[in-house]
Amino acid sequence: MLSNYEKELLVKIWDKMTPVAEDIGSEALLRMFTTFPKTKTYFAHLDISPRSEHLRSHGKKIVLAIAEGARNINNLATTLAPLSRFHAYQLRIHPTNFKLLNHCMLVTLACHMGDEFCPVAHAAMDKFLSAFSAVLSEKYR
Amino acid sequence: MVEWSSSERSTITGVWGKVNVNEVGPQALARVLIVYPWTQRYFESFGNLSSPAAIIGNPKVATHGKTVLNSLGDGVKNMDDIKGTYMKLSKLHCEKLNVDPDNFRLLADCITIVIAAKFGSAFSPEVQAVWRKFVAAVVEALSSQYF
Repeated sequence: MLSNYEKELLVKIWDKMTPVAEDIGSEALLRMFTTFPKTKTYFAHLDISPRSEHLRSHGKKIVLAIAEGARNINNLATTLAPLSRFHAYQLRIHPTNFKLLNHCMLVTLACHMGDEFCPVAHAAMDKFLSAFSAVLSEKYR
Repeated sequence: MVEWSSSERSTITGVWGKVNVNEVGPQALARVLIVYPWTQRYFESFGNLSSPAAIIGNPKVATHGKTVLNSLGDGVKNMDDIKGTYMKLSKLHCEKLNVDPDNFRLLADCITIVIAAKFGSAFSPEVQAVWRKFVAAVVEALSSQYF
């Protein structure tokens, strides 16, 4: 469960990341594809080379969705309902991959935020991203 | 056995050369206890772990963090026999300490994130991928003697 302090911290961090959503999101994706190459199977129809248009636009989408989730953290299931349906009925991505992207998102944030990505911020972010993934996979079955 | 290309070897030794064991060790172990609080079950003898500040300031956490990271250094020095290097530690964690081996992965994730925060953009996706290959091999070795 996230405390009020953690919720505020998350909004603050994602507000800061929103203007650079393309950079953060595409970096997290690129880290995932490089570190866990099997994740590329879901993107065979896209050009996911570094700095490609697809990578940047998809990365941006992901960060904006996460930021939106952070602002509506008390109604995560409602806010993410369309995305949850999309993942369950169309994309059908094996939910274990959400953990891999989450880890790469944490690494990306650590690289960009340095000391600001302190243990308390790390803990709040890990909890939030886990909750976010749980909602995305909750309609799977 | 894990195969290493010469560029992978130099990436690992390069990362390791920039890691301050006395800093990264305590910080990474503290993060494990803060981000995944159920891991505190293994450290009940460590005294006060009641808040993030208490964990960060706990001298036993710091000492053990250094021990853990020094042990990771043994893996860097023995990249061609990672399994053998951690044989005894794996037995110890299974038979005596009864540590669920999934915790090794959590620790590896936290070490990676602490290093990322320190290195910044120098911890590129390519470096991350090779580093991950290395810590995954260590995690597997630590889990190899379980039952």
